[in-house]
Amino acid sequence: MAQKVSVDISRRGGNNSNGAESCPGCKELLSPADLSGNAMTCPHCGHHFRMNARQRIELLADSGSWSEIAGNLRSADPLEFFDLRPYPDRIEEAEYDTGLSEAMLVGRARMNKMDVILVVMDFGFMGGSMGSVVGERFWRATEEAMETRFPLVVVCASGGARMQEGILSLLQMAKTSCAVELLAEVPVPFVSVLTNPTTGGVVASFATLADVIIAEPGALLCFSGPRVIEQTIKEKLPEDFGLAESNMKHGQIDIIVPRTELKDRLVQILGLLEGGVACALQPLWEEEKSPSRRGGAITQALNRIKAFANSSRRSPKR
Amino acid sequence: MPTLPGVHLKDEITKISQRLKELGHGRHLDKAVWDKVELARHPKRPYTLDYIEHMFAGFIELRGDRFFGDDPAIVGGLAAYQGRTLMVIGHQKGRDLNSRTLRNFGMPRPEGYRKAQRLMELADKFGIPVLTLIDTPGAFPGIAAEERGQGGAIAKTLVCMARLNVPTVSVIIGEGGSGGALALALTDRVLMLENSVYSVISPEACAAILWKDSGEAHLAAQTLGMTSADLSRLEVVDEVLPEPRGGAHRDHSAAARILKDALEEQLRELETMNPRVRRKERFDKFRRMGVWKENGLTLF
Repeated sequence: MAQKVSVDISRRGGNNSNGAESCPGCKELLSPADLSGNAMTCPHCGHHFRMNARQRIELLADSGSWSEIAGNLRSADPLEFFDLRPYPDRIEEAEYDTGLSEAMLVGRARMNKMDVILVVMDFGFMGGSMGSVVGERFWRATEEAMETRFPLVVVCASGGARMQEGILSLLQMAKTSCAVELLAEVPVPFVSVLTNPTTGGVVASFATLADVIIAEPGALLCFSGPRVIEQTIKEKLPEDFGLAESNMKHGQIDIIVPRTELKDRLVQILGLLEGGVACALQPLWEEEKSPSRRGGAITQALNRIKAFANSSRRSPKR
Repeated sequence: MPTLPGVHLKDEITKISQRLKELGHGRHLDKAVWDKVELARHPKRPYTLDYIEHMFAGFIELRGDRFFGDDPAIVGGLAAYQGRTLMVIGHQKGRDLNSRTLRNFGMPRPEGYRKAQRLMELADKFGIPVLTLIDTPGAFPGIAAEERGQGGAIAKTLVCMARLNVPTVSVIIGEGGSGGALALALTDRVLMLENSVYSVISPEACAAILWKDSGEAHLAAQTLGMTSADLSRLEVVDEVLPEPRGGAHRDHSAAARILKDALEEQLRELETMNPRVRRKERFDKFRRMGVWKENGLTLF
């Protein structure tokens, strides 16, 4: 569901003349260099500031390894949507403010020399909302992953579906879920990283369909936003509602990784996911017949060779 | 165009046409759109169990998600239908105070979606086609629902529907509210009753966010394009089913007959297809969803 999420944006805390700001976590005064040198996290208390798509790519991709895919896709305006302003105006403004072409970037990259398909979202682009371009770029990312067999890493940050594309935005949830299913049938490893905030339609589609779900500390992760829930149930929500730590407690995510360790952990997890050995997927009841009928050691040896051939055929080529 | 020095007609024309567009979008309210929203939410409109009662001779409701509980906001079960079995799953609203509370106004919790997944997998195992009936304001926004993974439950239901090998048909019979509705609508064919609505967000919530005024819900409804005519134009639904005169609430059994005939036609076509082709076409169908520009061209 599309919704507005009130986020602790944490900019302009206590701006002083040299651009320093106070950390919302510990009130310590931080200079821009303090932050950018520490992956946009507070060196004192570890508070995670919001990170844009470019910073995210810099953080995760080996220097110079990023090459964009489907960068030429742009939003259309199928509904000629006009609220207080026309939709194309809002897009233009978002492009100007972020320097990005959409709320999601897709590309090939290397992480510690490991080839991956890297997808990053940017909350600054219309709240990271998912419209037709985000859906199509996600589809292209999975296509590329299927073709290359490179694992897929998706860094999420989104307020949900983009209202300005109406029902077509909603259907991107179906579209991206279909893409994940195709990827799973290969299978190619898919890891999602949920950052502050990841809510609405993205949570109810690809973000939670990953093989391993990582979250950043303190990130708000929920389907319905806190305000919507408060209005419905008419009571105040607990402090930790929807935070990564609370999601962990309730079994909704696998692991919380501080941003400074994110890249190494990702590479480690992807490596482990790829370390399996393919097993023959013959139904058990079929197997039982053959040895008893022919019984021979030759048939069993043949079967073993077949199984081996199958397993080596699907192992990733890298 | 002749130009006079100091007069920039082009700029003026752009400005005026922009203003006209604003006025057009802002003032002209088509009453028919809001009428449809109200018809879709009509308290006497037939709900899932009404259609089941009128359409099928024998129906066995199957309950529970086997993990946590049974969600009365989604019902499902096996139905005998024209010499075959059908798995019918749908959102269920209540009619009086008690049943509305019991059915949670048709707003499912995660266990509802997990029950739906279980029933679909059961159907798939025995080659039973799946029919889903969609009628919900949306998935329930509550703390406990979140803690049990509302988003993940919807996402898993979408994948489950994509994975099925059996023919699948969904019909939007009332309110198609956001992700909570879509979760049951990833099907080979998507049909919609004439006076139903289907939308990414409720018009009230959309107005509150974009217009900063929930009083603009009528305008939001119109702008979102949530009627059956809009969705047919956007190729989101395959077929719009006419309703009995005045709306489905006037004659439940006539509405059920219309639905039954349409279902029969769709199933007959789907059942003759090669399962692999049918499944591939389902993926292609949803892959095509969306409108974007690539190298300057607008693509559907």
